[in-house]
Amino acid sequence: MSKTYYDPSDLRKFGKITEWSEELGEKFFEYYGKVFEEGALSAREKALIALAVAHTEQCPYCIDAYTKDTLERGVTKEEMMEAVHVGAAIKSGATLVHGVMMMNKVNKLDL
Amino acid sequence: MVEPKIKKSLHKRNDNLSDPKEQLRILNNGLFSGGELPTFKEKIKESGYATFTPKALEILQINVGYMCNQVCAHCHVDAGPDRKEIMTRETMQQCLEVIKNSGAHTLDLTGGAPEMNPNFRWFVEEASKLGVKDFIVRSNLTIIRANKKYYDLPDFFKQYNIHVVSSMPHWTRGKTDKQRGNGVFDASIKALQELNERGYGMPGSNLKLDLVYNPSGAFLPSGQEAMKKEFKKALLEDFDIQFHDLFAITNLPISRFLEYLIASENYEDYMYALVEAYNPAAVANVMCTNTLSVSWDGWLYDCDFNQMLDLKVASKVQHISEYNEAILQNRQIVISQHCYGCTAGAGSSCQGTVA
Repeated sequence: MSKTYYDPSDLRKFGKITEWSEELGEKFFEYYGKVFEEGALSAREKALIALAVAHTEQCPYCIDAYTKDTLERGVTKEEMMEAVHVGAAIKSGATLVHGVMMMNKVNKLDL
Repeated sequence: MVEPKIKKSLHKRNDNLSDPKEQLRILNNGLFSGGELPTFKEKIKESGYATFTPKALEILQINVGYMCNQVCAHCHVDAGPDRKEIMTRETMQQCLEVIKNSGAHTLDLTGGAPEMNPNFRWFVEEASKLGVKDFIVRSNLTIIRANKKYYDLPDFFKQYNIHVVSSMPHWTRGKTDKQRGNGVFDASIKALQELNERGYGMPGSNLKLDLVYNPSGAFLPSGQEAMKKEFKKALLEDFDIQFHDLFAITNLPISRFLEYLIASENYEDYMYALVEAYNPAAVANVMCTNTLSVSWDGWLYDCDFNQMLDLKVASKVQHISEYNEAILQNRQIVISQHCYGCTAGAGSSCQGTVA
């Protein structure tokens, strides 16, 4: 057993998840592939969204994969970091907006 | 002034990797000798290519010398100002005989910076008389701005209706200079504007100007068409520059790019990425199937990359001086693990993607 939870080489084995549930695995990859095709959004725009989400989800495999993917699409490091900030802003905004819930509760309970 | 990040070629540094045998040793061992990854020969066999043979010759690619005014980090030729190998007029004369008599419709001059060969202009003049359909010069762009004696190159190219194919790693200064040296981006932009002024690259113009994109690091190129769109938009908006086509080329794990992969500890991951991206559909159209590569000293190779690994054609005819198309057509193409670079994804050739 590895001494760490994450092993970078596991990313290469992602496709193997179909081995234990072929139908569901294949359906997932079919969907996944379709999502990232050129559409109303370009594949480049989708890769940047994926990079931002990879950070908010804090998935090291996804960060690894989509950093590489965006580089392959000619995305600059400035664009990448801006995308990460968009994710961070939403994440922190999502935390902060729950403060309204706290305020509501305090206002209701407090004399 | 162009200032390279790497100052000297592997050759000048007497680095082990300047020896093609050492490069081949690395490529044939490790991941490939232990069976962790299949060799290219095994891989193409799975796709039905028990033998790998050429089709009719279409492109004659001539490397007129390794001398260059740039020292790019990824250069597979290991070119630079310290490389002195250049094709003599005598060898050029032998090439002209072959151009006259071969079935090739495209002549592709490369280097180094081909323009730095003192016989370059003479060769272009003579070769253009022979009526090749597509006469390509692979110009690094900065040579046009490197010295007064090259300032008229755009006019010279125009005079002989040369098809200019130029390297441009990115539409931003940072990424371009990182790969090719400080100042390369600005000099390239100026050169592109000068070519545009002569009509090169303009919509509807028959003065062809194409760009070549190589990734500036240990990753593969993605989506040639999408990349072309990005380049066109950015260069037009930022610098009012136009060009015709963009070719996305995969960096092959040889020479200085191999040095970079090893030094940055990316070699294994890069080879995995190449093997994982192997596309059987690309195999049929890789450049070695319709191209012959001639080195500065007249030796014949299946491609420019084999030239740098000193893997000469597997034929009893191996030199331009004894050229015989019929005999050469019967050869097997020489392959090794670097060939994964040309079959990854949409494939890669000097003309961009192939699948």
